[in-house]
Amino acid sequence: MTTARDTILGRIREALSRPSHPGVRSLAGDGIRDVREARHVLPPGGETEEERLGNFTRLAEKLKVEVHLATGQLEVGHLLKKLKEEGNWDRIASHRSVITESQVPSLKLPVIWTDDEPGTEALEVCHVGITRCEALIAQTGSVLVTSKGCGGRALSVLPPHHIVLARRDQLLPDMLAGYDLLRDTYGDKLPSFISFITGASRTGDIERILVLGAHGPKRLTVIISD
Amino acid sequence: MTTPSTIFQSDTKESTVDFDHRRWMQGALRGYENTRSGTEATFGDFEAARKTAAAIKWDGIEHLDRHLAQFADNLERRGGKVHWAGNGKEAVEIILGLCREKEAKKIIKSKCMTTEEIHLNPALEQEGLEVVESDLGEFIVQLRAEEPFHFVFPAMHLKRDRISSVFQEKLGTEPSDDPEELTMIAREVMRRKYCEADIGISGANFAVADTGMISITENEGNARLTTSLPKVHIALMGIEKMVPKLEDLSVMLQMLGTAGTGQWLTAYNSMIGGPRQPGEVDGPEEFHVVLLDNHRTALLADPEQRDALRCIRCGACLNVCPIFKNIGGHSYGTTYQGPIGSVITPHLRGLQSWKHLSYSSSLCGACTATCPVKIDLHHHLMRNRRDSVVEKGGKQERWMFRQFSNLMSNPRLYRRSEGLMRVGAWLWKPLKGTKLDPLKAWTETRDLPSPARKSFHKQWKARAKEPTR
Repeated sequence: MTTARDTILGRIREALSRPSHPGVRSLAGDGIRDVREARHVLPPGGETEEERLGNFTRLAEKLKVEVHLATGQLEVGHLLKKLKEEGNWDRIASHRSVITESQVPSLKLPVIWTDDEPGTEALEVCHVGITRCEALIAQTGSVLVTSKGCGGRALSVLPPHHIVLARRDQLLPDMLAGYDLLRDTYGDKLPSFISFITGASRTGDIERILVLGAHGPKRLTVIISD
Repeated sequence: MTTPSTIFQSDTKESTVDFDHRRWMQGALRGYENTRSGTEATFGDFEAARKTAAAIKWDGIEHLDRHLAQFADNLERRGGKVHWAGNGKEAVEIILGLCREKEAKKIIKSKCMTTEEIHLNPALEQEGLEVVESDLGEFIVQLRAEEPFHFVFPAMHLKRDRISSVFQEKLGTEPSDDPEELTMIAREVMRRKYCEADIGISGANFAVADTGMISITENEGNARLTTSLPKVHIALMGIEKMVPKLEDLSVMLQMLGTAGTGQWLTAYNSMIGGPRQPGEVDGPEEFHVVLLDNHRTALLADPEQRDALRCIRCGACLNVCPIFKNIGGHSYGTTYQGPIGSVITPHLRGLQSWKHLSYSSSLCGACTATCPVKIDLHHHLMRNRRDSVVEKGGKQERWMFRQFSNLMSNPRLYRRSEGLMRVGAWLWKPLKGTKLDPLKAWTETRDLPSPARKSFHKQWKARAKEPTR
């Protein structure tokens, strides 16, 4: 019995057995196919760490991301306390990792740890989600998160304020370096969810006017420590 | 007889004289052009980036069988389930079958033009399921029970007062003229829906062969919630979405953001490979991907036009198209509007019924010049015209063109007809725009200049006699 898969793949093979018109082929003919060779045609990431930090901050701030640079974990703690008071947090959602566990408990608020699988409702009432990230991308001002490394899929999108705790050495030049890092970290067991987060949730569906906080977080804060 | 072509003609007759709406559209799209050109300038070499994007997608298309098989095998290894649908009806049946199997009652959807293509929503509703579009623009057009106006900006034709009034009528909310307040209304409604939904249905912007992942590009976060919270996630996608490697997305995602909206990257670019994996704390228990052919293989079999399958549905060709700007998205009567819609719809739904779209073009080539994957759009419009005539040309048209060709290649005949033209124009003048006018379709809204008193030929001769200065 032929399956639907065989039928469709058969149709494709038959279609492709007719060689492309030379004129059409030439449309793609002289492009650099290897994305590693094509790095320079995209927006730059930055040669030095300083340049990368500059690019990341500039792009993220254009999208109203609040970027804080902190020297040492003590300063990160101070920043978080200030945010907690300003935002009147009554509970925090987070996940267990070195960087989050070194900060979140000292805020002295009830914590919903996604590792305990609290369920959507419990997570939905939290005003803030605090996560680590896999990397920061200088080229695009993005935060790279995954379901395995950053507390699951919902934590970074459900609470209205997403705070990312990052280290300076997590700054990567471009998206390609981000993918390379994921392959190095997870091998052939890549997480089921990977996302480049670039700015807070937004929409322009009404008269093309930008509104922040469409369905995801209204606020995105990135704290980068040494 | 009502055909897609006659509907198109009567619709465009109305939309082209709505000057307010035309101005509104042009203003909105000028903003896009400005933002986009700023973003293009940040690229090391945007033209080379277009060529690379075209090469990546071409690689995907040229070995589509291999990539699709690899994609399906990899995804199934990670616990996903892949379904193959030859046409729209089969895809609808597969999805309905899954809904029945899960005893689902409520469906949340994120933006997916492919579901519009197969008319999924009416089929689900007929089964008694509640279907909610979570993308703000899609939600608005769903409440108004109309089709998306533009496949990237579905509600771009509506001003805030119309959005406020449909919210008032359908959701019972207070009127507002503040886009932020209106957005927050939708946010509140949708939050409940995500938590209640049994199944989330999404589309896919790309599918990655070597990791068995789909990639979704969005700004609002609705697709992330749709694919994260419900127990079952179904993604519907055309077979042409394939890119060979995960790393290829490092180029494609930036091209899609830039060409689609002018942003260098949209807010969320998410890759999903399978249901919740061991060691993960959340995510759906089941992940189904429905791969749809629906005449895409017919387009693939066209050795001249198969590059149209490279399309990443960024909508850039609509945004720059003078025809789209003037007739608007609804006039097309297709799932995919604008130049790309005019190119592919005849392949997907039949050349003779949809050839009129290929004629509704100024052939200015703005679409081809803007396409981030370098599809030869305006030449494909010409190829559709040619194919439609070769397949079923009108005898009268052929006769007219033969006469025209004779006239233009025979100088003596041409000169003799110049006088006739002036007589003709004089006789025709009282008929202009009336029922008896054979040129009515053209002259109703336009003037036909009368022939010059002295033809170019005569002027040239007279000039040649003058002494050179």
